[in-house]
Amino acid sequence: MLPRRPLLPRLRGVNVRYLIDNLPYVASLFGQHVLMVGVSLAVALAIALPLGVVCARVAQLRNIVLGVLGIIYTIPSLSLFVLLIPFTGLGLRPAVIALVAYAQLVLVRNVVVGLTGIDPAIVEAARGMGMTGAQILRQVELPLALPIMLAGVRVATLSIIAIGTIAAFINAGGLGLLLFDGVRSSNPEKIIAGAIAVSALAIGANGLFWLLERRAAQATHTG
Amino acid sequence: MLALLLEAYEYFLANQSRFWAAATQHVWISSAALLIGTAIGLPVGIWAARRAHAGQWAINAFGALRLIPSLAVLFLAQPYLGIGALPALVALTLLAVPPVLIAAYAGVRNVDRGVSEAARGMGMTAAQILWRVELPLALPSIVGGVRSAAVEVIASATLAAFIGGGGLGIFITRGYALFDTRIMLVGAIPVALLALTVELALALVQRRLSSNAGMAA
Repeated sequence: MLPRRPLLPRLRGVNVRYLIDNLPYVASLFGQHVLMVGVSLAVALAIALPLGVVCARVAQLRNIVLGVLGIIYTIPSLSLFVLLIPFTGLGLRPAVIALVAYAQLVLVRNVVVGLTGIDPAIVEAARGMGMTGAQILRQVELPLALPIMLAGVRVATLSIIAIGTIAAFINAGGLGLLLFDGVRSSNPEKIIAGAIAVSALAIGANGLFWLLERRAAQATHTG
Repeated sequence: MLALLLEAYEYFLANQSRFWAAATQHVWISSAALLIGTAIGLPVGIWAARRAHAGQWAINAFGALRLIPSLAVLFLAQPYLGIGALPALVALTLLAVPPVLIAAYAGVRNVDRGVSEAARGMGMTAAQILWRVELPLALPSIVGGVRSAAVEVIASATLAAFIGGGGLGIFITRGYALFDTRIMLVGAIPVALLALTVELALALVQRRLSSNAGMAA
């Protein structure tokens, strides 16, 4: 038999040795990444929710706000991280600022779409029952808009997870560290470990929010 | 900040030939990835839209592929394909396919059944319906997909510098290695301007097309 020679010498299988040998380290970076994403998402939601409600009410404001957020969203993340360095230096803080800024477009847009898509007759009926504006918003409009808003949260989370890997470049830690270190030291196992871990995080988050979305959609249908 | 910008501008003036070579490389690799990505994504998306079951399956598969962060896709090119512009081009093409594919699928899927039926009733063949009815109506959505793909590719091409793919990202990696923010800005600002210009241009095209399609329909 002929000795088997690989067709492409560079092509290797998926080598997970680094991932297995350094599981505690990868897990700690995974935790850092989750923390970075969680903090960014919480801050982003705290801004996007009121901003979205205002934009849903004031049509003139809507186009301006979404236009500005669209411009921010278009700036490549590595560029934005670099542009933030003179103001904030390196570390987790500029990373969170950038991630919060990126998440705004999707979050605000979906709050607006969710709220403006509600049948006006329902809001009228609530008003007719003597509910105040705040009551209508909290008890009628936001619950009805929830499935669409959750879809926005899912998409925003996925982009925060992805852009968060690039944040390792400005010393924000997280799973991107494995990717950057792996490329710098030409260590394929490290790159593969980082890619697997961050993909697992993205797929997990996608599934989790997808379940929440479906639940919310069912709740609005039955309720 | 202003002083820093001026210093960055001075660095740019002193390194013009290197800058324009990197900028050309950036535009070239982005355009190539976008072109090949569209050449793959467009027909597959149209095909998927006309096959109910296999189509849904293909869309879900590409949707799942899209979950992998772009940095991971790009950096995985290094161990599997090596260093240089070609591995970067392959990775960037992989990133360009899903947005175009999904937009083409959605665009063709959303064409009103009644319109296609009417065309069939007028005696048009399936190919005629695709070329003269469905594709023109789906065009705004397709351009929208190309637009997201273009922005994604231009941004990711910056990361190609890390795997030896060149482009404007080389100023960011060089500036980082030398702890020099002004060199990083020489890469970061033009990339941002490039992305914004392409985004605005394609948004205008898309708006034009959708107002035309609106009139036609």
